[in-house]
Amino acid sequence: MRSEYKLIFERSHEGRRAYDLPECDAPSAVCEIPEEYRADNDLKLPELGEVDLVRHYTNLSRRNFGVDNGFYPLGSCTMKYNPKINEELAPMFDEVHPLLDPAMCQGCLALMADMEHMLCEICGMDAFTLQPAAGAHGELTGLMHIRAYHEHRGDTARTTMIVPDAAHGTNPASAAMAGFKVKEIKSAPDGGVDLDALRAAVGPDTAGLMLTNPSTLGLFERNIKEIAKIVHEAGGLLYYDGANLNAIMGVVRPGDMGFDVMHINLHKTFSTPHGGGGPGSGPVGVKSHLIPFMPVPRIEQKDGMLTLNYDKPDSIGKIKSFYGNFGVIVKAYCYIRSLGAAGLKEASENAVLNANYVMNKLRGVYEIPHDRTCMHECVVTPGELMDYGVNTSDIAKALIDRGYHPPTIYFPLIVHEAMMIEPTESESRETLDEFVEAMKGIAEQVKTDASAIHAAPVTTPVGRPDEVTAARKPIVKYEEE
Amino acid sequence: MRSYVPNTEKERLEMLHDIGMNSMDDLFRDIPEDLKLKKPLDLPKPLSETELRDLIHGFVYMNEEGGPLFRGAGAYRHYIPSVVPQLAMRSEFYTAYTPYQAEMSQGMLQSLFEYQTVICRLTGLDAANASVYDGATAAAEAMLMLRDNKRKKKILYSAALNPDVITVMKTYAHCAGLELVEIPVTDKGVTDKAAVAANMDGAAGCIAANPNYYGCIEPMAELAETVHAANGLFVAYVNPISLGVLKRPADYGADIAIGDGQPLGLPMAFGGPYVGFMAATKKLMRNLPGRIAGQTTDAEGNRVFVLTLQAREQHIRREMASSNICSNQMLCAIMASMYCCVMGPKGMREVAEQNIAKAHELAKKLTALDGVKLRYPDTPFFNEFVIDVEDAAEIDKALANYSITGGLVLPDGGMLWCATEMNNTEEFDFVCDLIEDTLDPMGGEE
Repeated sequence: MRSEYKLIFERSHEGRRAYDLPECDAPSAVCEIPEEYRADNDLKLPELGEVDLVRHYTNLSRRNFGVDNGFYPLGSCTMKYNPKINEELAPMFDEVHPLLDPAMCQGCLALMADMEHMLCEICGMDAFTLQPAAGAHGELTGLMHIRAYHEHRGDTARTTMIVPDAAHGTNPASAAMAGFKVKEIKSAPDGGVDLDALRAAVGPDTAGLMLTNPSTLGLFERNIKEIAKIVHEAGGLLYYDGANLNAIMGVVRPGDMGFDVMHINLHKTFSTPHGGGGPGSGPVGVKSHLIPFMPVPRIEQKDGMLTLNYDKPDSIGKIKSFYGNFGVIVKAYCYIRSLGAAGLKEASENAVLNANYVMNKLRGVYEIPHDRTCMHECVVTPGELMDYGVNTSDIAKALIDRGYHPPTIYFPLIVHEAMMIEPTESESRETLDEFVEAMKGIAEQVKTDASAIHAAPVTTPVGRPDEVTAARKPIVKYEEE
Repeated sequence: MRSYVPNTEKERLEMLHDIGMNSMDDLFRDIPEDLKLKKPLDLPKPLSETELRDLIHGFVYMNEEGGPLFRGAGAYRHYIPSVVPQLAMRSEFYTAYTPYQAEMSQGMLQSLFEYQTVICRLTGLDAANASVYDGATAAAEAMLMLRDNKRKKKILYSAALNPDVITVMKTYAHCAGLELVEIPVTDKGVTDKAAVAANMDGAAGCIAANPNYYGCIEPMAELAETVHAANGLFVAYVNPISLGVLKRPADYGADIAIGDGQPLGLPMAFGGPYVGFMAATKKLMRNLPGRIAGQTTDAEGNRVFVLTLQAREQHIRREMASSNICSNQMLCAIMASMYCCVMGPKGMREVAEQNIAKAHELAKKLTALDGVKLRYPDTPFFNEFVIDVEDAAEIDKALANYSITGGLVLPDGGMLWCATEMNNTEEFDFVCDLIEDTLDPMGGEE
């Protein structure tokens, strides 16, 4: 099982090549560049033939695990199936330069305008920008709108962003980056926002509240109307973290819940692949009072043509080059057009059904700290299994040996030893049944042979890494001996 | 209609009954009734795969492009070796999440470690992160690195950075409460070194591009020296494809090197996804934002790759994190790395040399026309250059009539041209003929 795998640099043989450039039909002009500006040596890059290079990456890919390999119930990440047709269609725009005259790229602009319109309908917002490149980037952009809104009104004392302690780590980090002070509030015993804590937290310094609904516990925030009222009456705005939107499409909309601004993760809810960590896309939706602050350019209709309007004096500016991760946007657009309204609702319903199914089947074996109807994900803990000397991490590693990607672990922070399971709608009943059996099997083994659980994973090319040494003596690049 | 849900109606009902529910509505009973949607979403009707393909083809046909391209300005058309997109389509890579579980993610983690090594070799620096969104956000993050490292809020930047990069930096700087000072461009088209020296007092450092937005090669060593003399940090924003020939950031003393990796095997794709790369000296490694892959061992001593130095990151430090970045552009980073490994040292040199050759040949032919002048004739350039000409807009239109995308018309009336290894000299002649006709419509009649 265990095996090291050579780095591409360790496969290099001088003089080999995999590239194939046409002969240059213009005379060399390197001498036009003064010698002082030119490097003395060639870059130290590996030299391989094409077949060896292809095998290197193909075999590397076999040391990886994606949704196409198996069940990936990584909570908060919505690892649903990534439809192949979308992968086929997105590259059709590969040759379009982003700085064409708008008359030359009406197709791209029309697709984006359509996408903005559909996202408004799905979320109950008044306008969308597709510019942010990822969820956290969307958060930052959305918070910039809140900041601009208060600044524009001369309400400069509103410098505090309230963030529940159950929030994703990106929430407080984005708030800090947007220049806010972060005020964390404790969650109520049921995992929701503690209304008294919120009332005590708001004041003339409140810029807004960041909220995920369903929460990071996978529970719908039943007091959402009261929360919106408290924040709005205090003069703040309400930010919706769209990481969990997959639970509610076609059922309820953030805009109708009272949120002023939100982001979506197209790489979660709208099926675009996560690419092993990106590229994603994090469109931001706003209510009408925040439209003046949206990033430029805005796509607008003018004389029967779509144009890019940069003339928005109150805009926060730009938060990325060009218009966003267009290739990702195309895939998400294809997904929405494939499913339509009924399909999106069906996706959400089945995501919620699958999560509740798994939660119910695990009851009695694992502990469910907030045991009520969950939304698209559920949070469980090892409970009494901890008495046998195992923890959440051990259980995760044991799952790897059984062919599953583990759930998100140790998050949300407010649940001790949390395992956050998000099956998504993509999974069949038998996949869920088999997963539940695997979880039960692990629980049995914990009681009979805990040392085997501690040894997991044994089926992977490498064992548990020494992370402490990795951080204390960081080796972050290859060096020839 | 499809939702990619495998379970049949019957199976779903059985599952519902299994957990003591009767209908899908029961699942949503925690949602207040008055908030629930009363009617279906108003979206276009669902499409079959065939209809969807037709729809997207329709958008493609609405675009009018496809002819010769002479435009760069932040997005470049280069040779993309077939193996790069093909290998990136290994679904073990592209359908994976961030490699949180190292044991089952060694493929991605090792690819990332290799990418970081490639970026270090391109820039000559000690450490690279696993990417940020694009070149512009790399510049914004670099600005925050300068602030954090020097604990100063004043930052200088060259006016010859790409305007999109400057706009993004300003957006981030406003929120971070930074004071950005723009350093003007001299009549030679490069950053004014004297202005850098004059403004460095109290500044954390300076960011300049090479080649800069106007294509000019900057005297980076002199800029770095000026910034260092005032105890500041120097950030080089570089076009990675130029590094096959040009001096690398570490050669001229840059503390941080950043840029957009799009030229390294990524398609133009109407502006994204691209990849922002960031590299720094060892001293600044812990100021880098975002994911970093590192090497360690397992209990048996096998070499293992993991995400490391996570104490900088948002999921640990929350509001004290060095950045909020979580998802980055991992797959694009891997593609850039694959590209560099396909090209190797010789290919990287050759492609850079071809860019220089083609751009200089195009410049020679254009400036041979009456009324066309190089704006910065005494300054060396890489694969872009600015010309001054009467009525650039008219030329742009005339070329567009022949499906040619000419140089970008600048707000000041100049034109920013780009030639890469993808252009050929026949195209140059054709373009020059068209421009000649536009400038002197009667010329051919006599």
